[in-house]
Amino acid sequence: MTQAPATGSTTDGGGLGDSTYDELRQIAARYPEARSGLLPMLHLVQSVEGRVTPEGIEACAAILDISAAEVSGVATFYTMYKRRPVGQYHVGVCTNTLCAVMGGDAIFERLKDHLDIGNDETTDDGSVTLEHVECNAACDYAPVMMVNWEFMDNMTPESATQLVDDLREGKEVRSTRGPRIATWREVERVLAGFPDDRVDEGPGAGPASLVGLDLARDRGWTAPDARASGAIGSTADTATESAEQADTGRAESETKQEEGHQGG
Amino acid sequence: MADTLTPVLTSDWGDERSWKLATYERNGGYGALRKALAMAPDDIIAAVKDSGLRGRGGAGFPTGMKWGFIPQDNPNPKYLVVNADESEPGTCKDIPLMMASPHTLVEGVIVSSFAIRANLAFIYIRGEVVHVVRRVQAAVAEAYAAGHLGQNIHGSGYDLDVVVHAGAGAYICGEETALLEGLEGRRGQPRLRPPFPAVAGLYASPTVINNVESIASVPSIIDKGADWFASMGTEKSKGFGIFSLSGHVANPGQYEAPLGITLRTLIELAGGVRHGHELKFWTPGGSSTPILTDEHLDVPLDFEAVGAAGSMLGTRALQIFDETTCVVRAVLRWTEFYKHESCGKCTPCREGTWWLVQTLTNLERGVGREEDLEILLDQCDNILGRSFCALADGATSPVSSSIQYFRDEYLQHLRTGGCPFDPVASTVFAGVTA
Repeated sequence: MTQAPATGSTTDGGGLGDSTYDELRQIAARYPEARSGLLPMLHLVQSVEGRVTPEGIEACAAILDISAAEVSGVATFYTMYKRRPVGQYHVGVCTNTLCAVMGGDAIFERLKDHLDIGNDETTDDGSVTLEHVECNAACDYAPVMMVNWEFMDNMTPESATQLVDDLREGKEVRSTRGPRIATWREVERVLAGFPDDRVDEGPGAGPASLVGLDLARDRGWTAPDARASGAIGSTADTATESAEQADTGRAESETKQEEGHQGG
Repeated sequence: MADTLTPVLTSDWGDERSWKLATYERNGGYGALRKALAMAPDDIIAAVKDSGLRGRGGAGFPTGMKWGFIPQDNPNPKYLVVNADESEPGTCKDIPLMMASPHTLVEGVIVSSFAIRANLAFIYIRGEVVHVVRRVQAAVAEAYAAGHLGQNIHGSGYDLDVVVHAGAGAYICGEETALLEGLEGRRGQPRLRPPFPAVAGLYASPTVINNVESIASVPSIIDKGADWFASMGTEKSKGFGIFSLSGHVANPGQYEAPLGITLRTLIELAGGVRHGHELKFWTPGGSSTPILTDEHLDVPLDFEAVGAAGSMLGTRALQIFDETTCVVRAVLRWTEFYKHESCGKCTPCREGTWWLVQTLTNLERGVGREEDLEILLDQCDNILGRSFCALADGATSPVSSSIQYFRDEYLQHLRTGGCPFDPVASTVFAGVTA
């Protein structure tokens, strides 16, 4: 209901110490042009301040030698940047079509009721911020939730309420794909390009990612043997020919490129 | 004739600690890199052209041809940018690839950068997947430590640095020029083309932007040959791809197969449509590709055949919906997504998606009029092809295709004064919990 700051949060103003300024400069220095660092820099601001604060905007602007308005324009464009304090745990429920149909709508409704907050609101104790999110690229695990941008796969209204109860009680919670859930601020620091120590937690893949592979193994299906297709070393012979094909195909291909759609 | 499933990119995903360099190298990883460093860069480009690899991010543009557009006489640095902003609704292949086998991508980045003569590459990963970001960060660090990245790679004289860059939540950044804007620290709004990124991309320099799966396919092409790759797939859609089944099938998940497999086969492999139910509609390649129905079960899933069936192969994001699903609800939700994600640059998209949502909302609630269907189609007509990028075009796909196949279901909402479907029936916990 309220936008109470997360427990242990830094208050506005004075939160960005010298070490944060140093790290902001380090981020900018990763790129040939410093401004390219702005997105990860704003992630770092959030990891320290719990949101994008006016001071954080000024700091980015000063380091990049651009105006605060330019930084603000970027910060307000991307949905992961928050202007109000986020709880210790950002709980996202996918309500894009597939997850919604598979149960995401019911889960989101149940959580709003259970936590007594609405979309993009934080519980009074500052522990949980609830938000409906768009497709998070885990549709084979629908309905999907995200806690601090870790996957919580194959959820139900019951498992969802249990999840938020555990988070609020301070129990250790793990993603269904393995890693222990860090706090929202700790995760923002990883996104800024400062890794934590959780990379080796969990398996390589969840079960749904492996169903096709397992089936292929069971049935003895494989990609063809390279030698059987008579392939190795044959490419250079046709280089000239393919360049000619490329030239003739160019106009048509550029049209296709324009027609190309999102996919990322 | 290749086998029904052909795991290449997915083949190591189940291995113990599959994401580690040691695991990847034990399976032959970075062999393609050593081979590539001994080749002339133009020969690598030729091999990728000969393989017939077409962009796996949805558009299907020939990858080798894209590389060939880089003007090598341009004095500016060349850049490779990997589009790892996987956000198209239904698409869920690049994220598991990077989580399970990030070195496949990293090796592809090095070989591809060498081919186009880039000394700096970027992997732009959507920010909402922290464990994937961790895995790619660690893979890049391991590659540096092993001498696969950095200065004078394996004594070749070739230098390459890779920067892992996390996005911040914007579907539009999957569009390649909007991605470049994000990577330059700006609002992610698409650029007018031409100039194309090959000539003036990142920092107005020659830039190749490729999807994760495209780049991850490159090491196998170099390792096993262009002919090997081209021996799979169909005449104009060569090779293998990851097909992502989701929704109302018994075993949703990732199925790597030659292009041209049919949905009928894939659904059989996935254990059939949800028990006791039947297929109603599906997307071949994400929500931006027009929906298809059970009439299209035998369409070969390649670029040409899906196009001929009135849709697009897209990202092979096969979202399966059974007869319990209200198509109007599904389309309204997708349309709300496009409205939310429209970057606001072009009026037809910014305003048009807004109007589509209003009209669809009325229809879904059963308070619209039959003429609203014509209004929707007219709105689509005023959006399609009238914006800088394809987001707007994609927004019209579910609307127009659903009216084409399910006009009567829209009218049924008007007759009954609301949605005739029970939303609980379509959930995975239908009949299990309330």
